[in-house]
Amino acid sequence: MKSRHTHPEHDEHRMPSDPALQVLALESILVDKGLVDPQALDTLVESYEHRIGPRNGAKVVARAWKDPAYKARLLADATAAIAELGFGGLQGEHMLAVENTPAVHNLVVCTLCSCYPYPVLGLPPVWYKSAAYRSRAVIDPRGVLREFGLQLPEETQIRVWDSTAELRYLVVPQRPQGTEAMTEEQLASLVTRDAMIGVAIVQPPRTGEPP
Amino acid sequence: MNGVHDMGGMHGMGPVLPERDEPVFHHRWEARAYALVRAMGAFGRWNIDASRHQRELIPAAELLRMSYYERWLAGLRELLLQHGFITAEELASGKATPGGAKGTPALPAANVQAFIARGSPASRESGCAPRFRAGQRVRARNLNPVGHTRLPRYVRGKSGTIGRVHGVFVFPDTNAHFRGESPQHLYSVRFEARELWGEAAAATDAVYVDLWEDYLDADRAA
Repeated sequence: MKSRHTHPEHDEHRMPSDPALQVLALESILVDKGLVDPQALDTLVESYEHRIGPRNGAKVVARAWKDPAYKARLLADATAAIAELGFGGLQGEHMLAVENTPAVHNLVVCTLCSCYPYPVLGLPPVWYKSAAYRSRAVIDPRGVLREFGLQLPEETQIRVWDSTAELRYLVVPQRPQGTEAMTEEQLASLVTRDAMIGVAIVQPPRTGEPP
Repeated sequence: MNGVHDMGGMHGMGPVLPERDEPVFHHRWEARAYALVRAMGAFGRWNIDASRHQRELIPAAELLRMSYYERWLAGLRELLLQHGFITAEELASGKATPGGAKGTPALPAANVQAFIARGSPASRESGCAPRFRAGQRVRARNLNPVGHTRLPRYVRGKSGTIGRVHGVFVFPDTNAHFRGESPQHLYSVRFEARELWGEAAAATDAVYVDLWEDYLDADRAA
């Protein structure tokens, strides 16, 4: 695999232009020097590929929908409420939950870099880190939402949360109608990553499917 | 610094392109680069603000062209050189210099989960009272530091309302340059979309930005 854009003449350390080779070389130097345990790298990768992702956030949202006392705790102190479900730590040290209502829709962005609530959503998707999303979410949130297929009524207030500090934001989407009989686990299966960023709403279960 | 990383409100960046069923990492090298950044960060020789600033210092044209993990890799390489973890010779040869300094113990695999769970809280204990209270009108200062800042250009000089008072947090503008944590109160400030973008913006909409006390003045005109 070749890097799309390389300018070897500017590469003062004459590293290979292919980032795959660069990483390989860097890892090998650091392992040689005893600075990195390759198994620790495996564990880090495995954690974010399999353990830390949006299913965690979906459990938080489903609990909040099901249990009003939990929702109150989540909105008052999200870090503590999320820790009740066993999630927290790196890039979720200080959490804030913002609730969507019929009047208010919340949308999360990081215009300065790529801040994202890892413990509940995992690592951010490429579009969230893209210049397009970071530049436009604050100036044209309705246009961005339309591109995600979400047309909000004019009277809906949009609140965009720019993660400029170490606070990390979780959107608590509105619970769809027709889910009254669902268990917490079934509710969690409806909640998408995009809904917890605020670029989507949670769709009701399709009729004909078991609740 | 007024860099291209400070993107809020810019035009010309194209459409947002979500990818269906996107993998966590698109290539193994991205996963390795991510893990290397974390594993080397665990030594605590730099901080998150320094690490962000290092990526901001990538020349603008390069920064826009590079993929996300290429930027992380470039930032990491610089930090490793600056903090003496590796030498330019080693980077050039791709091999550890024989007889070169060996490191302090690496983050062991067994400690990774605890490392992730602990994170790196940025809040600090302080008896210092906040200067502003919820509901108060404030104006973001028109600051243009050449160093690191988390005051986005699009709010500078704009007036808003204090929402939440978050408590005392490490101040990135000094911390990024290893000039101390300067802990101070952090606030969620609500800016009306029309204050930021003019009358074409929806009257219903607002942007909430987390801003430190040193970025704010009381808005006396309000």
